[in-house]
Amino acid sequence: MIPVRVQEAPFAMGAELDAFAAEAGGAGAVVSFSGLVRDIASGDLEAMEIEHYPGMTEKALTAIRDEAMARFSLTAAMILHRHGRMAPGEPIMMVATAAPHRADAFAAAEFLMDYLKSRAPFWKKEIAASGTGWVAAKDEDEAALDRW
Amino acid sequence: MLDLRYFAWLRERLGTGHETVETGAETVADLVEELKARGGAYAFVFDDLSGIRAAVDQDVVPFEAAISGAREVAFFPPMTGG
Repeated sequence: MIPVRVQEAPFAMGAELDAFAAEAGGAGAVVSFSGLVRDIASGDLEAMEIEHYPGMTEKALTAIRDEAMARFSLTAAMILHRHGRMAPGEPIMMVATAAPHRADAFAAAEFLMDYLKSRAPFWKKEIAASGTGWVAAKDEDEAALDRW
Repeated sequence: MLDLRYFAWLRERLGTGHETVETGAETVADLVEELKARGGAYAFVFDDLSGIRAAVDQDVVPFEAAISGAREVAFFPPMTGG
C-alpha cells in the first residue's frame, strides 16, 4: 500500500479500504473517511474542479500523514486525494487509519481531515449553470487546528 | 532566476500559472512589491494580502520570510482540501 496518493482518476472506496485493512499490520480498528462532491444550494452543480500544486501536494500530505503516525498509536495511515474534474457524488478523497484500538483510529482520522482542509494545497472550483466560482476557505477549518 | 507559481483565482486573474523572474528582492514581501509595481492584474491581485498565502520552495511561509537562495515562490488563496 502506498500511504500517500494524488491522482486524477476516480477510485473505489470499498476496494481501497479492503486493501488498506489487509495490510494494516494486526490492527483491531480501522476508521475511514471519504469526502464526496456535494451539490450546491441552487441544486445545479455540474462538476467540481480541483487544482493542486504538484510537488508541494505530495510533500504536504506526507508531512501530515507522518505527523499522524507520530502523534497517535497507529499501525497504518493512508491519504488518497484526487484532482481535476469530478461529477456530483463522486469521491474526492479518503483517509484511513488503523490502530490497536478505536480511539486512536478515530482521533487520527479527524486529525488528518482537519489538516487536509487547510494545509494541503488543493483549491476547489464549483461549476454550475447558475455560476462558477472558487470555494472560499472557512474560518472554522483554520480554527479546527487549534484543538491539536 | 526565480520561478514564480500562481494558483486558483490568482492564476486566472494573472493569465499565467508560471513565470521566471530576475529579482533583487530579499523577502517575499519585497517580491510582492516588485510584482505590484507592474500594475494591472498584478496590482489588483496583490492589493489585499489577507487573502493570499505564500510558499517558498513548497513550504508555506509568512510574507516577511527571506527568499535568498530560493528556487521557487508560489502565491495562492487559502487552501480548500479535503
